[in-house]
Amino acid sequence: MRLEARDLAFGYPGHPVGRGVTLAFAAGEVVCLLGPNGGGKTTFFKTVLGLLPAQGGAVYVDGADLATLPRAAVARRLSYVPQAHAGYFPFTVRDVVLMGRTAHLGVFAAPSRHDRAVADEAIARMGLDALAQSEYTRISGGERQLALIARALAQEGRIVVMDEPTASLDFGNQVRVLEQVRALAAGGIGVVMSTHDPDQAFLCADRVALFHRGTLLCADAPERAVTADHLRLVYGVEVRIETVADGAGGVRRVCVPRVADAR
Amino acid sequence: MTARGAGIAAGALVALGAVIFAAFAIGRYPVAPADLVALLWSKVTGAPHGVPATVETVVFGVRGPRVLAALVVGAALAAAGAAYQSLFRNPLVSPDILGVSAGAAVGAVLGIFLSLGVLAIQGLAFAFGLGAVALVYFTAAAVRGHDPVLVLVLAGVVVGALLGAVVALLKYLADPYNQLPAITFWLLGSLAATNRDDFVAAAPLVLAALVPLWLLRWRINLLSLGDEEARALGVETGRTRVAVIACATLMTAAAVSIAGIVGWVGLLIPHFARLLVGPDFARLLPTAVVLGAAFLLGVDTLARTAARIEIPLGVLTAFVGTPLFLWQLAAARRSWQ
Repeated sequence: MRLEARDLAFGYPGHPVGRGVTLAFAAGEVVCLLGPNGGGKTTFFKTVLGLLPAQGGAVYVDGADLATLPRAAVARRLSYVPQAHAGYFPFTVRDVVLMGRTAHLGVFAAPSRHDRAVADEAIARMGLDALAQSEYTRISGGERQLALIARALAQEGRIVVMDEPTASLDFGNQVRVLEQVRALAAGGIGVVMSTHDPDQAFLCADRVALFHRGTLLCADAPERAVTADHLRLVYGVEVRIETVADGAGGVRRVCVPRVADAR
Repeated sequence: MTARGAGIAAGALVALGAVIFAAFAIGRYPVAPADLVALLWSKVTGAPHGVPATVETVVFGVRGPRVLAALVVGAALAAAGAAYQSLFRNPLVSPDILGVSAGAAVGAVLGIFLSLGVLAIQGLAFAFGLGAVALVYFTAAAVRGHDPVLVLVLAGVVVGALLGAVVALLKYLADPYNQLPAITFWLLGSLAATNRDDFVAAAPLVLAALVPLWLLRWRINLLSLGDEEARALGVETGRTRVAVIACATLMTAAAVSIAGIVGWVGLLIPHFARLLVGPDFARLLPTAVVLGAAFLLGVDTLARTAARIEIPLGVLTAFVGTPLFLWQLAAARRSWQ
């Protein structure tokens, strides 16, 4: 399973957001997208998923042009975890996760017993059993994010695209989501996620793609992509990259930003 | 189905049965429950009933067609409202949102203005209702680069306003002694003049539109997530939306063309049904159909019996609907936060 953007330009008619991005993702690896607010990460994701038409270049799924594939065929390969939203109608968490099965159903079909089993398994994997019958609109932001990841699991795409899965989560839930991201990769699923926290790239990414002014600055291993020079260029702040003991006998990198007038 | 779900389904059906029974029994010529049962029994079995012929005429000739029409109109408006509310992911949407009622009003008013026959007026109302929604749909389709659902709503508002102006102009030009009262009467909605043919014309259309809505029940749930998310989950939203709009419009146009403008049913009943059974369209649609039919038949029975003169149906649905709605608003906020 391979998802590939070739010389991709993305954005809206008359309002280009990014261009010239050539980047491939494979099942089983975790790729973190880093870039400033408004840097086009979400627009890039939507274009790669075929939700927005490419403004130039093309996206290929296993060599097939994404624009020629029916939506259900795309959805069976690529799962999408949007930024957690409040939802509109009070569907239960179980129904929300079941919606991930839609791409596997006929147009006039409703979910079968098998679909329910797959959804329940995804719910269990995210530790949401106790909330399965709760209304999605009434659970916390962190629980919603986990429910949307469970939905992506039920969708059974080989690559999962996550748009800032840790945004607006508390510290504990952030760590839980990152653990799930690694677990997915260990299970052979590819994860492409955007984040605002470069430390998360060190924690869970196999590769990091840095976006700067609508172009791809670099896509490389975390220690080569997340450097003081790159972060200064992309975010305009001074950062030191330090190593700390990871508590398991190895070392891990962390970003230490310099804050003016810090205590 | 859970025990609670079964209980709600049974309760809704019992309520519907009770309203139908009451609608046949109550009126200027009261029919005794025993006579009514005997008549219905003989209708089913073909056995002789021994009830006076006058009573039989009242039940089958006078009240029967009106009861059937009320059931169809109520079910159609509630089902269309449920579909539109899911489509526009908004629990406060009514079937008029894309201009079907406004279009039907122009058609009917034009028919009255041109002094056409009843059948032609109904046909014009039906055709203009469909035409208005087609106009809204194609206007919205021509606008690209925005959320398609939002554009549809805006186009609906604009076209609705334009059609409202056309109705106002026709009313202004109409003969104030003959045509204007007829126009006003039509715009207030009524089932007083319905006959068997109305039911025979409208029921198959409503049924034909209900079937695809039922078949698409799971995809309609996904439409309520919004266009992008539904597509990411594998739904061809454009096609699904066209099908849902076509069905909801067809049944609304059929209902409005025989009953005139009857508000509140399509907004209130789906909302109420969602509070009872939740937002899953597979349960929402049948619940809305049963409750809509029961509600409109109940209100229509009230319309013809509550006062010496017949109260316009649209007026009464508003009188009954608004307090119910306000009560709901105060009591339960969970279905629309």
